[in-house]
Amino acid sequence: MPDHMIQLVELTKSYPGQSEPAVDALTLDIPEGEIVVFVGPSGCGKTTTMKLINRLIEPTSGRILLNGADVTGSDPDELRRGIGYAIQQTGLFPHRTVAENIATVPKLLKWGTERVRARVDELLTMVGLDPAEYRGRYPKQLSGGQQQRVGVARALAADPPVLLMDEPFGAIDPLTRETLQNELLRIQREIRKTIVFVTHDIDEAVKIGDRIAIFSEHGRVAQYDTPEKVLSEPADEFVADFIGAGASVKRLSLTRVADAAVATDWPTVQRGEQPRESDREFLLVLDEGRAVEWLPRRDGRGGLPVLNAVGPDHTLYDALNAMLTNNSDVVVVTDAEGTYRGTLDMPAIQDLIHADDTTSVPRRATKGEVR
Amino acid sequence: MSTATRPSAPAVPEAARATRYLRIFGTPVALLGVVAALYLYVDAQDLDRIEQRSLNAEYLVSRAVQHLSLSAVVVVLILAVAIPLGIVLTRPWARKAAGPVLTLANIGQATPTFGLIVLFAVVFMTWGVHTIAIVAFWLYGILPVLRNTMVGLEQVDRSVVESARGMGMSRARALISVELPLAVPVMLAGIRTALVVTVGTVALATFVGAGGLGDVINNGIISSRDTVLLTGSVLVAVLALFIDWLAGLVEDLFRPKGV
Repeated sequence: MPDHMIQLVELTKSYPGQSEPAVDALTLDIPEGEIVVFVGPSGCGKTTTMKLINRLIEPTSGRILLNGADVTGSDPDELRRGIGYAIQQTGLFPHRTVAENIATVPKLLKWGTERVRARVDELLTMVGLDPAEYRGRYPKQLSGGQQQRVGVARALAADPPVLLMDEPFGAIDPLTRETLQNELLRIQREIRKTIVFVTHDIDEAVKIGDRIAIFSEHGRVAQYDTPEKVLSEPADEFVADFIGAGASVKRLSLTRVADAAVATDWPTVQRGEQPRESDREFLLVLDEGRAVEWLPRRDGRGGLPVLNAVGPDHTLYDALNAMLTNNSDVVVVTDAEGTYRGTLDMPAIQDLIHADDTTSVPRRATKGEVR
Repeated sequence: MSTATRPSAPAVPEAARATRYLRIFGTPVALLGVVAALYLYVDAQDLDRIEQRSLNAEYLVSRAVQHLSLSAVVVVLILAVAIPLGIVLTRPWARKAAGPVLTLANIGQATPTFGLIVLFAVVFMTWGVHTIAIVAFWLYGILPVLRNTMVGLEQVDRSVVESARGMGMSRARALISVELPLAVPVMLAGIRTALVVTVGTVALATFVGAGGLGDVINNGIISSRDTVLLTGSVLVAVLALFIDWLAGLVEDLFRPKGV
């Protein structure tokens, strides 16, 4: 099996009457099992490029290889049945129920009734909707977020190896969007599809993508790299401008607390026990495995409750946010069940964010001051 | 994109349900009432022989049947031409022809039917009266169906059609299982208009000798018998309203769920 699920070779799309092509000789390899995000300003050709892949737009010249096979000249309807497709505003069929919508491609592929029904229920469960409650509903009886979940389920229905998603979370409120992004990542951990995801939101790109292709104009890719590299080493001024201010802060959302080295040497004491001697100003009071209170070492001041602890699925961005909220330079880390695991402090975050820097400036002095 | 509503929740409030029942049962009851009143009125008159020739059950029923069968042929012809034409004219490759064709259809409807039917009778004398009537009314009724088919198809959300194509539906498949079902409410409204317009205008068929309830009206005018004129007019109106009511029921029945 080739390493690259999708290969675009010298792909060009020009429209009659336009001097410059919409996509100009684009060559891009998309690895199997990864999420590749096409990101760029309006009119940069990212959506056109995506639609060239399933040939909703026919290329003027160039080739498209899917799983090693040239599909540039194959039957477009057959091709599309093997590629999942989810778009902004969902494109759900309003006159069909949720189950009928999800069953669209399986029915085109002439699956048996029983198999279709089982698949619909499986997918609804996967996207977090109770089949018994939702399969008979019509799209307008769902919230925007639920519609988008159904859209994703429908795209996955026939288990295609490749999924194209065109700004699927674009018209959703920020809170729901974040939930949907997290769920997409969770689902992707299970299904390992090759996903092409189009967005104009660099934060979404950084969060979702294994790789990011930043489009400048006419389908030219200014940089194609991992989010870390794009943020730390933008290829040119265009990319730097597009990322905008705060690239370092954005990088914080790339690392989950679970992947960070958590310090376990903070002095703790079980509730009701006598505090031990330590060099820290505060002790952590544990109650049945949970951190409940910061207890001052010396005077008789009362303890402070532990607030805004972070779990394994939070990012370093969340951890930093918790520190700023608590006006503290350390935050309590728990596991998924809320049991105390350790602590994370500001210098540790700095270390993590610069761990893979090749050109690091001296900053130990600053670190000492923080502590 | 509002919050989810449970399908099990009481969907129709009391007031809306009352309106609905009134719409379903009110019209036929009212129409029956009108016909009954007409019957009682005519029955109370002393009819002379000229009036009797028009106002007897056999004559009235035969004209009504003529009227309905002429209307039916016209409407079937309208549907057979206007719907496929509307579909074709909304395809990307034929969109350029949409303007000229709509203009033609507009001319067809803007021309007074009375003029059209008389003109045809004079110019195409060899056609026979029924053909002349049918062609004239057909031209007159094409526009609402053609226009509503086109509008109905064009108002279908592009993203829905694109996602259908993007999932591998062929053009024909996307048309049949996505575009047309979603265009049905608008198309049915046009068909309903064409039905009512046709049933009304077929009353003019009498002037080329093609029969129908127009005969009753014409008899009343020629012989200066107001009772005959009144009966003919009321029957045409009742028939048109009855057909409109029927079409309304069909509209409710075929409106896709979830839209």
